[in-house]
Amino acid sequence: MPQPLANLTETASQTGGPYVHIGCIPSFAGINGVYPQDLGLSPIQPGALGPQITITGQVIDGTGWALRDALIESWQPDSAGRFAGQPGADPAVSGFCRFAADKDSGEFSLTTIKPGPVPARSGQMQAPHISLWIAARGINVGLHTRIYFEDEDNSADPLLARIEQRNRVSTLIARKTGEGSYRFDIRLQGEGETVFLDI
Amino acid sequence: MTDLGPLVPRQRDMHPVPYDPEYKTSVPRSPKWPLLSMESTPSEETGPRFGHGVIGPLDNNLVLNFATDGSPAIGERILVHGQVLDEFARPVPHTLVEIWQANAGGRYRHIKDTYLAPLDPNFGGCGRTLTDDQGRYQFLTIRPGAYPWPNRGNEWRPMHIHFSVFGHSFGQRLITQMYFEGDPLIDRCPIAATIKNRSQLDRLVAPLDMPMARPLDFLAYKFDIVLRGRRQTMFENRLEGL
Ligand SMILES: [Fe+2]
Repeated sequence: MPQPLANLTETASQTGGPYVHIGCIPSFAGINGVYPQDLGLSPIQPGALGPQITITGQVIDGTGWALRDALIESWQPDSAGRFAGQPGADPAVSGFCRFAADKDSGEFSLTTIKPGPVPARSGQMQAPHISLWIAARGINVGLHTRIYFEDEDNSADPLLARIEQRNRVSTLIARKTGEGSYRFDIRLQGEGETVFLDI
Repeated sequence: MTDLGPLVPRQRDMHPVPYDPEYKTSVPRSPKWPLLSMESTPSEETGPRFGHGVIGPLDNNLVLNFATDGSPAIGERILVHGQVLDEFARPVPHTLVEIWQANAGGRYRHIKDTYLAPLDPNFGGCGRTLTDDQGRYQFLTIRPGAYPWPNRGNEWRPMHIHFSVFGHSFGQRLITQMYFEGDPLIDRCPIAATIKNRSQLDRLVAPLDMPMARPLDFLAYKFDIVLRGRRQTMFENRLEGL
């Protein structure tokens, strides 16, 4: 027998279930008075540097139906590519937001500032992007993906370059729909399935 | 903080399968194509930090944090406590742990939950806390009831508490569920059964922890949580051109 490794194994994930809002954004679920306000209401405060943008979309299942119960978290750097807590980071950018699909229309909306570029470990620069994490009933392990932007130069991004089927790259790129507004739909399965990340 | 290395890749076979026909909602919501695997970048290695300023004094006390008429929540009083560690058994200090659960009758305070069991006017069903220097956390709550749900013909969830844990990296983000030792519904639950590795499922079952129970007050259950670790070697930085 070789020496045993003392490492631990990551705890198994389980679905967030239909009531994930109670735990993560209780006021959205109609539970007021436990916390003063929900965590991650906005990733920015007034005065955040950089162009303000709004991204709207839906989380769509394999039948084409938009989820009404999805919870999404986003994480991003400031307009210079610095994350909250790093030296020189914009104090008005927490970078973290929690938002949910509307329970009638399934639409979500994220208002933030355009993130700056961040290098990968190799030192190679990544194109500006926002990291997303999606939890919902029926999703057994939370799904990571990224939002890139149609009006940025994405040609040298190392993650996008790793996508073999080039026709899938567009699933990670938000489409510009107006000044400061973008559309980004997330397709969980089937035609146009979003590229999800193991990262 | 010292420059930690990349996140250890997730062992996907230690997690539930995304697609499981016995858990019907997973069928249209599971990606069909493989995930894109890549070494983590600062986008995944950093993550939101929450200070003590956001945590109220009753946030980890679900017996009292929604006591609208001043009475404590109805149900068996329990302490749920444990430690958050990483894969290298290092404690994860000062990280946010959130929980949510049904009340003692198995009913959630949610517009979509129409189960016959009544709401408890003094139970909201959510709590949160930060781990201490050693990664430890505690909640005082009531034991949630089992509840029926629409899936196969006669489906009941075992008693469970939902957990959300952040760690220090966005790539460590984890939502899971804690079950209770001895509950016969665990082995009948298709959501628990999405985890195909038995010891991984067993690790979601919290044992009764009598030494931590307070006589004449509450029972205790212990639930430790392990998050992805970050590799630290002397050889992480690739030299230019190699
Ligand atoms: Fe539940």
